[in-house]
Amino acid sequence: MEFIGGKLLQVVIALAVFAAIIGLIMLVVDKAPKSSKDKLTVIGFLAPAAILMLVGLVYPAIQTSFFAFTDAKGQPNGVDNFVWMFTQPEALVTLRNTIVWTVLVPLLSTGFGLAYAVFIDKARGEKVLKALVFMPMAISFVGAGIIWKLVYDYRGPGIEQTGVLNFLRVALGMQPKQFLLDAPENTIFLIIVMVWIQTGFAMVVLSAAIKGVPTELVEAARLDGANPWQQFRNVTVPGIRGALVVVLTTITIATLKVFDIVRTMTAGNYDTSVVANEMYTQAFRAGEPGRGAALALVLFLLVLPIVVYNARVLRQQREIR
Amino acid sequence: MNNRNYLLPVATVGVLALSLTACSGSTGGTGNSGSAADTDCAAYSSYGKHDGKTVSVYSTIVDIEATNLEAAWAPFEKCTGITVKYEGSKEFETQIGVRAKAGNAPDVAIFPQPGLMADQARAGNLKEAPKAVSDLVDKNWSADWKKYGTVDGKFYTAPMLANVKGYVWYAPKTFKDKGWEVPKTWDEMLTLSKKIADDKAMKPWCAGFESGEATGWPGTDWIEDVVLRAEGPEVYDQWVSHQIPFNDSKIVSAFDKTGEILLNQDFVNGGFGDVRSILTTGFAQAGQPVLDGQCAMHHQANFQAANWPQGTVVAPDGDVWAFMTPPIDPSRGESITGGGEMVGAYKDTPEVQAYLAYMASADFANNRVKLGGVISANKGLDPNNAQSELDKQSVKLLQDPKTVFRFDGSDLMPGAVGSNSFWKGIVTWINGTPSQQVADTIESSWPKS
Repeated sequence: MEFIGGKLLQVVIALAVFAAIIGLIMLVVDKAPKSSKDKLTVIGFLAPAAILMLVGLVYPAIQTSFFAFTDAKGQPNGVDNFVWMFTQPEALVTLRNTIVWTVLVPLLSTGFGLAYAVFIDKARGEKVLKALVFMPMAISFVGAGIIWKLVYDYRGPGIEQTGVLNFLRVALGMQPKQFLLDAPENTIFLIIVMVWIQTGFAMVVLSAAIKGVPTELVEAARLDGANPWQQFRNVTVPGIRGALVVVLTTITIATLKVFDIVRTMTAGNYDTSVVANEMYTQAFRAGEPGRGAALALVLFLLVLPIVVYNARVLRQQREIR
Repeated sequence: MNNRNYLLPVATVGVLALSLTACSGSTGGTGNSGSAADTDCAAYSSYGKHDGKTVSVYSTIVDIEATNLEAAWAPFEKCTGITVKYEGSKEFETQIGVRAKAGNAPDVAIFPQPGLMADQARAGNLKEAPKAVSDLVDKNWSADWKKYGTVDGKFYTAPMLANVKGYVWYAPKTFKDKGWEVPKTWDEMLTLSKKIADDKAMKPWCAGFESGEATGWPGTDWIEDVVLRAEGPEVYDQWVSHQIPFNDSKIVSAFDKTGEILLNQDFVNGGFGDVRSILTTGFAQAGQPVLDGQCAMHHQANFQAANWPQGTVVAPDGDVWAFMTPPIDPSRGESITGGGEMVGAYKDTPEVQAYLAYMASADFANNRVKLGGVISANKGLDPNNAQSELDKQSVKLLQDPKTVFRFDGSDLMPGAVGSNSFWKGIVTWINGTPSQQVADTIESSWPKS
């Protein structure tokens, strides 16, 4: 027990010291002379966050960048890791899958979400209908992976099926199917899980945006004789452009980083691995931190332009307002 | 009112500090000496008196296993006056290297497999085992075991406990009803499989390799068993240490030989479906059809005993029982694969040496095995101390001087192979990729240098 006591004491001391330092900083800031008070206040409040950022984000990012050019023993090996990434068939499959994911998931989720939002707009029981589609959003990716793994579960012909889909197939007189074992369609079956989760997010944001489109515009279009498709195409969509961009980019970034679903459902086997999963596998299981870091770096470079684009669109919108 | 300004930052920092310290891991308690009250200390006199001294021990073993371990050295603590400060952590594998580097190494570490121990020995962190321990290991263990504690000709670690792989589980009642005999050779096992398949009542084999990100590992056990039995221990050692390439024809033929069972649609996968359903069946559930009468045999290590549903009797006349995967070449005698822990020291003080000597002794093996759940290959262990029928059988196998013992090969290979490409290779192999191609892919992943 003395061990646990010691640990507790450590925690308390660490807390006290930290609190004392922060308290002191605040006190100094508060008591500073009027002339430099503004500057000091800003620094005093930003410094803790900035320091934590430096230690927790910037420093690891720089270190990872260095790791990307080292081998398993930590010796520099130039661009070998990147050569490996773009030449090994196994690694190429990973990159291909990531591209498939990033193209399909945002398009499908946003498409389904938008269609659903438009169709249930002002419908009876809208709230319930919305909640139904939004619910998967509340499930963790790992949980969703486990649920869908059970949905895709397989038993041989003649044995009682445990997976819903194969149960239905057998009931319809078809052969049961190993959904997760055959490339390339198994990637599609994994993508369905991600779309299932993200559609709710797209739907809620877009539905809110649709309600924000001024009624006068819609009415004017209707009086001008526009049919529903023309109304949607020329009034609603331009009106929610900002929300669409946010939804698309947010889902794209989430998809680029997808890891949990793949790891839970196939562990990257059967040609389903994606960059984030391969990064983990190489760094922590295969003992190749250099390759893992190189993959992390590539992932970062892929996400970066989307974040920049997102930020720019948001700023433009603020300027319009 | 001014006070309120402090509250938020202080609270935030507090939460942060809490979550940071929460990561620092758990520590176990110190040894309990309650059960040692009536110990006869005569047997412990050779370890000397070390009153007030402590030995810190670090390992992967936690929970009930850790409690039993501490109970097993409680008499030693009482008689020698040494306090053993035990700490178990699931993070051992990554932490031991970090701690040694930071000068914060424990006095003694119990390594779960030889690879990690060898790294520490080569880095110059481990102390060579004292002569007394070396002599004890010569006396109590076979040369095979001593070899795994030896790095570059120097002996560092004594073995502790052991597990045995390669058991084939079956339902004695089914075998008796059907008039099937437990096979004595690999060929007999194939003949029996054929007979069971022709009988049509059930498939001869059921298997499950699904294990999350480690999917495929039960298959590596199959291949290791076949390589050892078909090619002998010399080839096995060369294979594991990469003196012959992974795609050597001998290894490829071991894949093919295993495939005669695992890739045969008539032989697998009882209760689950076709060959490929092996990949989607969890390893812990895979044995169930043996009990349900849907499959006759299931290949898994001795720890499968814990995977059967509660109340299943594991005995020669019970619900399930196991025979060792038989030899392929009967003239070679019994050879088995398995694993075990190794006890190594970072210090060479007298109390640490006394502790090491005790851990290598028959006394420790008997004290620990008596508490149940584990076995040891220590020849001084009385098989009657083993707590289950299966454990008794395993101990007899391990102690038999004719038995060839080899460590689980994937544990000895570099991580890039042993815990990555070998697993993945098994998965693609079951999924239909030819043996040669699988072996080539694994060979290409073997770290250069």
